[in-house]
Amino acid sequence: MATRRLSAWLVTVPPLAWITLFLFVPYCLLFCYSFWSLDANQQVLRHATLANYLHLATTPLYLTVILRSMRIAFSVVLLSLAIGYPLACFLVFQAGRYRRMLYQAVIIPLWISYLVRAYAWKVIFGNEGVMNTLLLWCHATRHPLGFLLYSPFAVIVTLTHIYVPFVVLPVVASLEKIPHELLESSSDLGATTWQTFTRVILPLSLPGVLSGATFAFLLSFGDFLAPLLLGGPSSVMIANIVANLFGADYNWPLGAAVAVLILVMVLAILTITQRLERRWRAA
Amino acid sequence: MSGFLSLEDVSKRFGEHAVLESISLDVEQGEFLTLLGESGSGKTTLLRILAGFEQPTTGRLLLEDQRLDVMPPHRRPIHTVFQSYALFPHMTVFDNVAYGLRVRGCARDEMTARVGEALEKVRMEQFAKHFPRQISGGQKQRVALARALVNRPRLLLLDEPLSALDANLRLEMQRELKVLQREVGITFIFVTHDQSEALAISDRVVLLHRGKVEQCGTPRAIYSTPRTAYAASFLGKSNLIAGTVHQGVADCGAFSVPVTLADGPVTFSLRPECIAPASEENNEQRVRFVAEVVAEQFHGADSLLTLRCAGGMELSARVGSPRSHDGRFAFEAQNLVTLEHE
Repeated sequence: MATRRLSAWLVTVPPLAWITLFLFVPYCLLFCYSFWSLDANQQVLRHATLANYLHLATTPLYLTVILRSMRIAFSVVLLSLAIGYPLACFLVFQAGRYRRMLYQAVIIPLWISYLVRAYAWKVIFGNEGVMNTLLLWCHATRHPLGFLLYSPFAVIVTLTHIYVPFVVLPVVASLEKIPHELLESSSDLGATTWQTFTRVILPLSLPGVLSGATFAFLLSFGDFLAPLLLGGPSSVMIANIVANLFGADYNWPLGAAVAVLILVMVLAILTITQRLERRWRAA
Repeated sequence: MSGFLSLEDVSKRFGEHAVLESISLDVEQGEFLTLLGESGSGKTTLLRILAGFEQPTTGRLLLEDQRLDVMPPHRRPIHTVFQSYALFPHMTVFDNVAYGLRVRGCARDEMTARVGEALEKVRMEQFAKHFPRQISGGQKQRVALARALVNRPRLLLLDEPLSALDANLRLEMQRELKVLQREVGITFIFVTHDQSEALAISDRVVLLHRGKVEQCGTPRAIYSTPRTAYAASFLGKSNLIAGTVHQGVADCGAFSVPVTLADGPVTFSLRPECIAPASEENNEQRVRFVAEVVAEQFHGADSLLTLRCAGGMELSARVGSPRSHDGRFAFEAQNLVTLEHE
């Protein structure tokens, strides 16, 4: 009895302690900071105030950057789906014996450091990069294209490259769950391959599409490295603002307020998509 | 050209493995045909070839003199009721049934009317707005039937559609299927491994064994005159009796019967219900023998006796309500069916 209770403690206490210490406490601190302010000497003033949130609401910059982050994240979602969905379909329905190999090929990039992959795009998109050299060589352009690097374009391409696997995996999982007889039954009832796709495969894979899109959206929305390395001033995202406020500006209360705002938005999106997903799964 | 549906020399191989060997079969319009066989007999493969999910390795399929095997599944005027029903989980009962009409671009009014009619026929009209997960197995079965029949196929294929139902519901569905088939007049090809289901439901039974047609005929014919030992023992219970023919008399140990066969070894089939306690009356047609009753299994309407004859041969006899027996039994010589050697 005693040993069982001991083992129960050993199983539950460490993860609980971990969550409390490294998630719950920091979030609480973040939440508190967001209601504090800085005095004239840049010292944190521990008096509750809504000043940070008022500042966010009245400064257009924040809204602009949040909208831009959403736009970029949304573009990443669309591009990842455009690439990931057909890829997932191919993997599940067409790949045959190459399926495992291709599946591995989709996953392997996840093992490579994000930083390396982001730098790779820098090499590709730079003025002397692979892309421009190629374009110059085949006379598609006379001068190197400047908009390739340090632009929202570069950020979107990089993030898409990184998050395509996050879309492919849940879509593959949802496609694999569709019983084969449903597809046979559809064609048996007179549906062409395309009709089977639009009326059976696509609707039944929506839960996977939704969770993949949610992954890609939230991870892109909060991304910090891609805009830092590949984006110019026109592609500053909300995470860069937070990093600046905490780092360069040393304005932790305002940084915390932005962070709390992002957190609330992320939670809202997660709640909505989870509700949708549950409804689709039930149907 | 012969018949409504003709299978001509249809074979199917998966690599080295022959699943179907040279099946030739004619099916008539409006017939209820059952493909009966154990798992691995090739019955489901044959059905999938008809539906178009598998291509035959050799042979041709003709439906009303049209080549069927060159048509993709969605062009064939044939629908399938799957073992798992294969209802679309994201559609209501109504939308499931309407599916075939929708993909063919049927007008809305006609579609609504036909779906309503089909659901009424299977008594599911009040469930039109339900989703498949909200209805029972028997109801899913009915919806699957309505979904196929609403398109008025020339041929309906049923792949063990009753195997997931419990025994009582199964009997009820057998009856309903039969009535429905008479009503709509569509040719049904029904696959099952259950011999009693096959006998109860079909106009004609095709017994498949290791990819070949073992025997084909009406349930009565195939039951009363099995061609081979396999057919005799697969369809119902049967006594297989070995004997030797010598100069017009078959000697089976416990008894001898006059036959018109060439000399040599012979195997007979004798149904248990053909054996009865011998009565005193002297009937020339009856073959009499003496046996000891070693076991009696009471089944309500009748009992199954295990008889041990002189020489050790054991026979099963199905006898009606408890009757006294004095160890003497008899059967009509005409009930003894000579089996072909395999």
